[in-house]
Amino acid sequence: MAERYVLETKNITKNFPGVLANDHVDMHLNKGEILAILGENGAGKTTLLNIIYGLYDQDEGEIYINGQKTTIDNPHDAINLGIGMVHQHFMLVPVFTVTENMILGSEVETAGILNLKKARRQILELSDNYGLNVDPDAVVEDIPVGVQQRVEILKALYRNARILILDEPTAVLTPQEIEDLFRVMRDLTAKGVSIIFISHKLKEVMEIADRIMVMRRGKVAGETTPDQTSQEELANMMVGREVLLRVEKEPAKPKEPVFRIENLSIKKDGERNVVKDISLTVRAGEILGVAGVQGNGQAELVEAITGLRPFDHGMIILDGKRMPTENPRAMIENGMAHIPEDRQKHGLVMPYPLTDNLILCNYYKYPFVKGITRNDEAIEAYAERLIEDFDVRTPSPFIPASNLSGGNQQKLIVARELSRETKILIANQPTRGLDVGSIEYIHSTLIKMRDNGVGILLVSAELDEIMSLSDRIAVIYEGEIVATLDAENATREELGLLMAGSKKERSQAAKL
Amino acid sequence: MNLITYLKSKKLITSITLSILGLALVIMFYIINPQITQAVLGSTIRQSTPIILGALCGIMCERAGVVNIGIEGQMLMSAFIGFMVNAWTGNLLIAILAGMATGALLGLLLAFTAVTLKLDQIIGGTVINILATGLTGYFYQAGITTKGKLSPITLGGLAEIPLIGPVLFDNPPITYAAIILVFVLQFLLFKTTWGLRMRAVGEHPRAADTVGINVFTTRYINVVLGGAIAGLAGAFLTLEAVGSFERVMTNGRGFVALAVMIFGKWTPIGAWGASLLFGFANAMQTQFQFMGTFAIPHQFIGMLPYLLTIIVLAGFGGRARPPAAEGEPYEKE
Repeated sequence: MAERYVLETKNITKNFPGVLANDHVDMHLNKGEILAILGENGAGKTTLLNIIYGLYDQDEGEIYINGQKTTIDNPHDAINLGIGMVHQHFMLVPVFTVTENMILGSEVETAGILNLKKARRQILELSDNYGLNVDPDAVVEDIPVGVQQRVEILKALYRNARILILDEPTAVLTPQEIEDLFRVMRDLTAKGVSIIFISHKLKEVMEIADRIMVMRRGKVAGETTPDQTSQEELANMMVGREVLLRVEKEPAKPKEPVFRIENLSIKKDGERNVVKDISLTVRAGEILGVAGVQGNGQAELVEAITGLRPFDHGMIILDGKRMPTENPRAMIENGMAHIPEDRQKHGLVMPYPLTDNLILCNYYKYPFVKGITRNDEAIEAYAERLIEDFDVRTPSPFIPASNLSGGNQQKLIVARELSRETKILIANQPTRGLDVGSIEYIHSTLIKMRDNGVGILLVSAELDEIMSLSDRIAVIYEGEIVATLDAENATREELGLLMAGSKKERSQAAKL
Repeated sequence: MNLITYLKSKKLITSITLSILGLALVIMFYIINPQITQAVLGSTIRQSTPIILGALCGIMCERAGVVNIGIEGQMLMSAFIGFMVNAWTGNLLIAILAGMATGALLGLLLAFTAVTLKLDQIIGGTVINILATGLTGYFYQAGITTKGKLSPITLGGLAEIPLIGPVLFDNPPITYAAIILVFVLQFLLFKTTWGLRMRAVGEHPRAADTVGINVFTTRYINVVLGGAIAGLAGAFLTLEAVGSFERVMTNGRGFVALAVMIFGKWTPIGAWGASLLFGFANAMQTQFQFMGTFAIPHQFIGMLPYLLTIIVLAGFGGRARPPAAEGEPYEKE
């Protein structure tokens, strides 16, 4: 008998209003392999897996488990067939313990009464077996994200999953945690578990996958293995055209300083200095990158200079004028644009239509007002022009921003922020969580703005991004700028050391 | 880490000290004036009964993620129906069951609006309150009384213990039922599969859904059962406490029950403690008016329990954390 696939789909088709999310998708999974499904946001990866996990019903097509045709109507069916899924947003109850989360829905009980002791023992055994350490008594909200993910994986294994679906598992992890996860994945496949790994990060896919399936616009765009392909080729398959993974730019021609921060200090919770005496200057036509491991004061620094947070000492000078504190509108009216770190929380009003989101900064100005009422015609015309110019993919300017994909939401913010007279752009993690195509778009837009004479302050935790875009690089560590370097002369190693605080320690050692 | 254990131990010590202090005060008062002490404590238990039952209804609903501000209306309607059924049939047991069924039916209405229609839950609850006030006011006829009233059941030798006996072991059935329900629900909520699932539904319904728990059914069952408990509170008012019906006789108890639920951090035992505190304030208030010790108008003394509610909520309510998915209709993707 021929070798059977542990999981196979044939002709899976799923229509959402206005979108063909899956278009006759054929997929198969061998026992003990890691299959990476690669694709941009909205390519249909998650839809396909939600169909396999029983969260959606397919319009057409069949699913086979171990060669047997099956129907999966709900997650319960999927679990019974040995399929486990780790969702991108964890399905854990934050106030429950690890044990309670693990057994929820498959409780260890006698006559309806929970046997937590026995469950605890089973979990310890299981975590020993797979080398996945967790504390069964810890409350989920108190443990790090990486460990929560481990709990999710164990939760699937606890339900005897033989096929494990990981939906963008690395998006929330630190590099160290990603290494851990990959080790766990290899151990699992060695024990006969088959894994589907969804990602849009090329590097990771090349590193961990046995086989790679690329999806584009609901269809399978190709299939390959890491030995036969390259990151460039995968990127082209994903996007459907040539993609530049490296940013192309001319040397900067900086002019006069447009934005200065002088001796800025910020106290948090009234005591701790999270930003200490920072001074920075951004010139027109250059990109100043602020590199640093997350949580070293970048968030507070950006909030203070955009007027969202009070500061204790120092001043901010925009275009030669000293700016008032805590006054975002003054910043905006003097030519500041801001791409915030969290586009859903701080960048957009999610339930508002695209039109209203696009005029958030200037709704009170001509031509958007007529006396005390809105001028809907002007707003609509403006929105349509911006959507066109910035290539926001949407069926209509009147749908809520929450309906857009992450990349298009970011384009919407960029469209709003860069469509007025801009002297300085504060971009905080502008490409976080975006796919290759959108990253390329945002990067080239930033370079274009720079060449048009805008000063850009780029804050990012991704060293690659900082190095490829910046003209100068300032390194922040524990709220202080520890060094400012010319991007041309900076090396990865040097920046890495500075970000880890080595210079500071050295100078402290010297003092002793 | 050490700091947390330290604070926890400090909290424990505080609560133990307070309990001992309270106990000492009670014994002292008992020695000074046994009759009044016994009367006040007995009244505390009686006054707390409808409150704790209402709070248990609230806990059942909110733990599963449905806000129920219609407890007041459920209690009032059940009090009325229980009363009328007793007046027609003369049977107390049938009357109690009718009251509970009324509460459950109104619960079903709330569940339908909140879970199936996904309407705003505050509006759903308000509809119940208005409906109950209007209907009971319209159909109420003066001059009817119940045929009999639930009378105290003395629990043998236990009732002879000084102070504790008459206060705890010489009560009518619904009062006993309320105390038993507190412990039964506490157990169900935290020690059983059913409780784990219901809390998961109230905290993170999608997580519950992905492990095969039916969010809609769980919410329906909880809101209906909670309604039955609120119905029992209504039956208490007409069939056990007063023996007749008056317009709007719930007098805000359904809302106090919500405050008590919050103060008790959504746990039955915590809510019971809070309802005893409220019952005690009420008993004191009655006692003060009875004795006429103070020269202030009685309306001000009558405010005491409600003032206490406000103070308690302002001081402690902020720190408690409600179930995360409370008030949000669940939608499958």
